[in-house]
Amino acid sequence: MSVPFIAVLFVFHYLPLWGWLMAFQKYSIPLGILGSPFIGFGQFAELFGDSRFYQALRNTFAMSGMSLIAGFVCAIGLALLLNEVRSSLYKRTIQTIVYIPHFVSWVVISNIVIYLLSPDHGPLNELLAGLEVIGEPIYFMSKEKWFWVIHTLAGLWKELGWSTIIYLAVLAGVNPEMYEAADVDGAGRFAKMRRISLPSLLPTATLLLILAVGQMLSTGYESQMLLGNSFVMDYSQVLDLYALDYSLSIGDYSYGVAISMFKSVVSIVLVLGVNTIAKRVGQSHVL
Amino acid sequence: MRVQWTWGGAAFQIANCALLALLGAGTLYPFLNLLAISLNDSMDTVRGGIYLLPREFTLDNYKLIFQNQRLFSATGLSVARTLLGTTAALIATTMVAYALSRREFMLRKLLNTVLVISMYVNGGLIPYYILIKQLGLTNTFLVYLLPGLLGAFNVLIMRSFFDELPPGLIESAKLDGANEFTTLFRVVLPVSLPVLATITLFLSVGHWNAWLDNYLFNTDESLTLLQYELMKILMQSTDQIGAGAGNNVDAEMMRMTTPQSIRATMTIIVTIPILFVYPFMQNYFIKGMTLGAVKG
Repeated sequence: MSVPFIAVLFVFHYLPLWGWLMAFQKYSIPLGILGSPFIGFGQFAELFGDSRFYQALRNTFAMSGMSLIAGFVCAIGLALLLNEVRSSLYKRTIQTIVYIPHFVSWVVISNIVIYLLSPDHGPLNELLAGLEVIGEPIYFMSKEKWFWVIHTLAGLWKELGWSTIIYLAVLAGVNPEMYEAADVDGAGRFAKMRRISLPSLLPTATLLLILAVGQMLSTGYESQMLLGNSFVMDYSQVLDLYALDYSLSIGDYSYGVAISMFKSVVSIVLVLGVNTIAKRVGQSHVL
Repeated sequence: MRVQWTWGGAAFQIANCALLALLGAGTLYPFLNLLAISLNDSMDTVRGGIYLLPREFTLDNYKLIFQNQRLFSATGLSVARTLLGTTAALIATTMVAYALSRREFMLRKLLNTVLVISMYVNGGLIPYYILIKQLGLTNTFLVYLLPGLLGAFNVLIMRSFFDELPPGLIESAKLDGANEFTTLFRVVLPVSLPVLATITLFLSVGHWNAWLDNYLFNTDESLTLLQYELMKILMQSTDQIGAGAGNNVDAEMMRMTTPQSIRATMTIIVTIPILFVYPFMQNYFIKGMTLGAVKG
């Protein structure tokens, strides 16, 4: 009974790998993969000499890296704070609220971000003007240098609450006797957080961090596509968007496939490398 | 054991709760603000100064959107996609997860590997794009349902749940002469409501929020979804990249209201269904998420 479903998975997840052949061809739609002439590594030679490719590569790694670090640190911090709340009703309410953005689409999130930062009566500009910090409204979304930061903060706002779920589950599993023993020894609140809560999070945190590094290149391009605009292109364009742009607007599919393939291969190497490290660290493994 | 009361402890509790309240407020405020704008007269909104409450209450913005033919049909299609896509994917996920949880299933190991690898290896965006084109799925409703029919992540979560069920449960059903289908539907699924709820939530939110497949494959206007229409309005107003972003909301509509009010109203329309569903599922999805994480 499951066979047709597995077949669908196979078609949409594995069949595209066949398309990698195109990276070694001068692909044209009428000829198809089987008919297009092979040209060897020409596309890759061009790729590695293309400055816009390096720019996209830099943007991809920079934004993934920033989101990864910010998300990791803040999630642990928030989990520790939530864990200290005594009233379970209050804790649940806060949890429910901070989970909202996770369930909302990137379209909505970027809509909100662009609105909040809008120079035309946007709340942040109004606030800054009200405090007389600025005279003229700032065009946040068209400042190249700000894009990575805005992107990271938007992602943080969306996923921070959600990413505490696992940490909170771990904290809930900590043996209460450890805290009681610490109380008897006269440990204060911060001492207990630092010596008991944080260390008990570390194994899970290490594993999640390692996994996240493996997934670094696979984080998608929705957010960059929606938040970016022509002013900040040099900082917002990631590999997928470059590939898409190149293939669709110029019609050079082979070059787009070469970019996609490069990304996939680096991604696989990252996952495998990370899997080995995770095994070394003695945690469970990915594959 | 009660922790001893101290001034420092009390101060910490207050500061901590205040900090978390600030975070909660920071999360909620944009939504409440947009809700107020969507319920406010659009010409009045232009003057600024709308925060948590509308100044000149009106439902005109909502009326305008649902009177617009395209937006109305997009709402219908989004609902249809969510219902059909969730149902189909739930059936697929359940079937495969159940098969994988049965120890006597011969291909278990192999299928498990095929599934897990699919989470990490993919051909990349452009080969996928060309595949969809060659399969003739462009400008069809099917492109919304078929590619995402079986997601490895969901299967793994559900399989971990089935693995946890007492083995005696299935054995005794078998002894009573139940076949695989009866066992699954009469014995296993009734005790698996938490994980079914979790997966249903994930699937339906995913379908409701999806717009990329619409953007990439369905340029046909009769097949657009609500999220995509919102995205077009967004792109139009901020000079975004993206083809086909022009000429979407009718000029007539723009005369009667403003882009700002339209954006706010559409944001609320696409957000509200989610707000009504997920809080009631909180216990379930927390369990589902942590189970998946431990077992992975």
